Amino acid sequence: MGTNANVKSVERVVVRLAGDSGDGMQLTGNELTRASALAGNDVATFPDYPAEIRAPAGTLAGVSGFQLHFASQDIFTPGDEPDVLVAMNPAAFKKNIGDLKPGGLAIVNQSAFIKNNLRKVGYDESPLEDPVLNERFRIVPIEMNAQVERALENEGLSTKEIGRSKNFWALGLLYWLYGRNADKQLKWIDEKFANKKKFAESNKKVFLAGHAFGETAELFGESYRVEAATTDPGHYRNIMGNQALVTGLVAAAQKSGLEMVLGSYPITPASDILHAMSRFRHYGCSTVQAEDEIAAIGVAIGASYGGAIGVCSTSGPGLALKGEALGLAHIVELPLVVVNVQRGGPSTGLPTKTEQSDLLQALFGRNGDAPLPVLAAKSPADCFDAAYEAVRIATKYMTPVILMSDGYVANGSEPWRLPDLQKLKAIEVNVRVEPEGYEVYQRDETTLARDWVIPGTPGMEHRVGGLEKDSLSGEVSYVPENHAEMCRVRAEKVRGVQAEIDAPELYGDLDGDTLIVGWGGTFGALRQACDDANEEGLGVAHCHLRWIHPFAPQLDAILKRYRNVLVCELNSGQLAFLLRATFLKDVKSFTKVEGQPFRIREVLAEIQKLQGSSNA
Amino acid sequence: MPETQPLVTLKKKDFQTDNDVRWCPGCGDYAILATVQKYLATTGKKKEDFVFVSGIGCAARFPYYMNTYGFHTIHGRAPSIATGLKVAKPELDVWIISGDGDSLSIGGNHLLHILRRNLNVVILLFNNQIYGLTKGQYSPSSEQGKVTKSTPRGSIDHPVNPAAFALGAGASFYARTIDTHAKHMLEVLKAAHEHEGTALVEILQNCVVFNNAAFDDYASRTTRDERAVFCQPGQPLGFAKGERALDFRKGRFKAVAHEDATYVHEPSNAAAAYALAQLRYPVADAVPMGVLYQEQRATYDGLFVQDTKDAKSAGKEPTLHNLLHRGDVWEVK
Ligand code: SF4
Repeated sequence: MGTNANVKSVERVVVRLAGDSGDGMQLTGNELTRASALAGNDVATFPDYPAEIRAPAGTLAGVSGFQLHFASQDIFTPGDEPDVLVAMNPAAFKKNIGDLKPGGLAIVNQSAFIKNNLRKVGYDESPLEDPVLNERFRIVPIEMNAQVERALENEGLSTKEIGRSKNFWALGLLYWLYGRNADKQLKWIDEKFANKKKFAESNKKVFLAGHAFGETAELFGESYRVEAATTDPGHYRNIMGNQALVTGLVAAAQKSGLEMVLGSYPITPASDILHAMSRFRHYGCSTVQAEDEIAAIGVAIGASYGGAIGVCSTSGPGLALKGEALGLAHIVELPLVVVNVQRGGPSTGLPTKTEQSDLLQALFGRNGDAPLPVLAAKSPADCFDAAYEAVRIATKYMTPVILMSDGYVANGSEPWRLPDLQKLKAIEVNVRVEPEGYEVYQRDETTLARDWVIPGTPGMEHRVGGLEKDSLSGEVSYVPENHAEMCRVRAEKVRGVQAEIDAPELYGDLDGDTLIVGWGGTFGALRQACDDANEEGLGVAHCHLRWIHPFAPQLDAILKRYRNVLVCELNSGQLAFLLRATFLKDVKSFTKVEGQPFRIREVLAEIQKLQGSSNA
Repeated sequence: MPETQPLVTLKKKDFQTDNDVRWCPGCGDYAILATVQKYLATTGKKKEDFVFVSGIGCAARFPYYMNTYGFHTIHGRAPSIATGLKVAKPELDVWIISGDGDSLSIGGNHLLHILRRNLNVVILLFNNQIYGLTKGQYSPSSEQGKVTKSTPRGSIDHPVNPAAFALGAGASFYARTIDTHAKHMLEVLKAAHEHEGTALVEILQNCVVFNNAAFDDYASRTTRDERAVFCQPGQPLGFAKGERALDFRKGRFKAVAHEDATYVHEPSNAAAAYALAQLRYPVADAVPMGVLYQEQRATYDGLFVQDTKDAKSAGKEPTLHNLLHRGDVWEVK
């Protein structure tokens, strides 16, 4: 590709795209991500969008953002601060410019910087001429609207339609800036708009115009290349958390030979699980969009009772509504997987923002003593493994399992190395068809799981239900000792899942005196902060927990080995509370509840502070 | 329901369990239990193919007394559990047992949706117009002004009309019967069971302890000959020992002399069914019993099975390899 700019090689780039919710920033971001992943970069993304579908145009509330980090080495997060900001209007500029790295590049759609738009966000005059900002950042204003209009002259499109393809212009420019393969993109546009030829043609024209602009306008001086990352050999695809999670569920169903039924009620940020699962009907994985959250889990329980694997996907408020039904599934001991994609709470809270504040709800949010296995996914691709594992435990132990994800993990994406099919663990299923000697609550000696007897099986008619049952026959029982025994054995069965749990991942400088502990989607930030801290010689180890209930058996010893234990989480200290209560260890708690993931430097600063104070 | 298996011969007692039945002596539930057991023995179907799913309430204990598969679930949610069960195993013969509190109060939402979806199940709604298990509070079907433990000055709630609710929700089958009328109940159960889709049967059930004789004005052994209309397809809607009948005039039913009635009952007539649903004692002279409404419509489970078949014939071969290798895959060597 001929170019009149220098090509500079860099290790990593963080790009943030920001515009109105209607500006197509998520699509643009996803496309650039795909191109970067296909070019072999390691990538991590973080979409950040408002809860309203279309907040008033041009307002701060309506700004939708997408951050993409691509690199020639392993990366763990979408990056703390962008190197490049693409701002489509004054609101997007105002909301994001403060995050841009000093010296960073801001590509701005100048056409949107008209009086009316400026006034909406409280600018008296255009900030693009502000000498302070221009000193600090490289601001490149471009009349994108005019560029797009020129590209689409004689196409017979309305002004509105022309306005809508701006994002493809910006995408073309970014493709030039980072040397991405334009041909693949043109092909993708053709496929995506196969039914709307007119839009395919115009979007391609606009995309190419953006690309050509970079090459000819001499505004940038240089373009950049990020070499392919050196990763483990294998097949890869870029995947978002919710997609990986569904793939894991379907893989487990396929491996088990059972059907799967997902009962779900749409809720942000879990709805994509319902959408994705609805495309796997030919795998025997079906969906029922229920009338509410309670019906959704009812459907899943009914499906499990009928011999399928029942699954639910929800978010915090939905999990709250499922509490009673979870207790039922616990007492009748049926396999079930409930996925909770956490968002900011309490109540409706921050539907599109991330948080980890449903941990204690997942552990304790039911009436009575009703412990359940609870595990969490640590990254978008890890959702596959976590979902597969959740199904495996649910069927093997005949228990509901709660799988925790969060908005950051669910909507983020990263390259995923496709697993080796031979290495997927077997899914054990306890279906019994032998009537001789059958007792409803007779248990497997090792797992304590009861048999799964499916209605329709001759000679084994029996009744189950939410009333306490005799510990063997399954008949209703109010005998005090029996209730105590049943509570004990149900808890013991769930605790027995420890036998399945690998030792927690320990990483970093294991011989220092500081340990940072985390769970779920904060994995990447903690891992990177640990690396950064050790580069400064701080001697920090990182322990990541896959399982919150039961805890891995090794955890006690690990916690007690370190003088400083810092538990980092996006809530007000729920895991720290659990660790203190369980292990009587005086852990320190670092928390954040802003609806945003940790920045690496925030965690690093906390480590420095902790070491400073403990050495003082 | 299409018969796919050879008929088996079972007796009523084959459907009984060893459990002591624990309803209050004289409760209407006993008669319903006996009639259902008797009916099932006539179907030629096997015990293991029946599943009784219930919510919470006196009626919801029913599955414990049936020697079939049974699931006593949580308050109001039986329809959702039955939905999951039917989509996982459509060949099962699923019956939902519920009461007025369970179905019309806490579970009202689920009743609405199961009816519109038309899941192929029978729902027996034991309506005793009171909360029995919690010892005597008014229910959503209790009449206004009812004095109960929670309404010492009389209830101010306007009651729900189960028939009108069902029709409004898009039920494909609604029938009403009486606990003490085994012969009629047997007929209605048969019609409900043979219906393809959600068959809602409201059973007027006497709670002898907390709401005794609630239906005696028109449904007792002595009054029903006078004030109940036992609807039969193709027959006039006669009552008062054949002296009077309901005639459908200008969108509503009017009591006339039997010989003056020209309307004959047509369960598929939705307008007539709406009008019949409005007839409540004592405002109306007579209360209709039997199948008030029935229409043929695709069932949810039938469509569900079809959807799966369609997806299977259209989709790429469902292998683990194809599952993982979707979208843009690249190889690192
Ligand atoms: S309380 Fe009423 S409905 Fe319940 S068992 Fe007793 S008589 Fe029957």
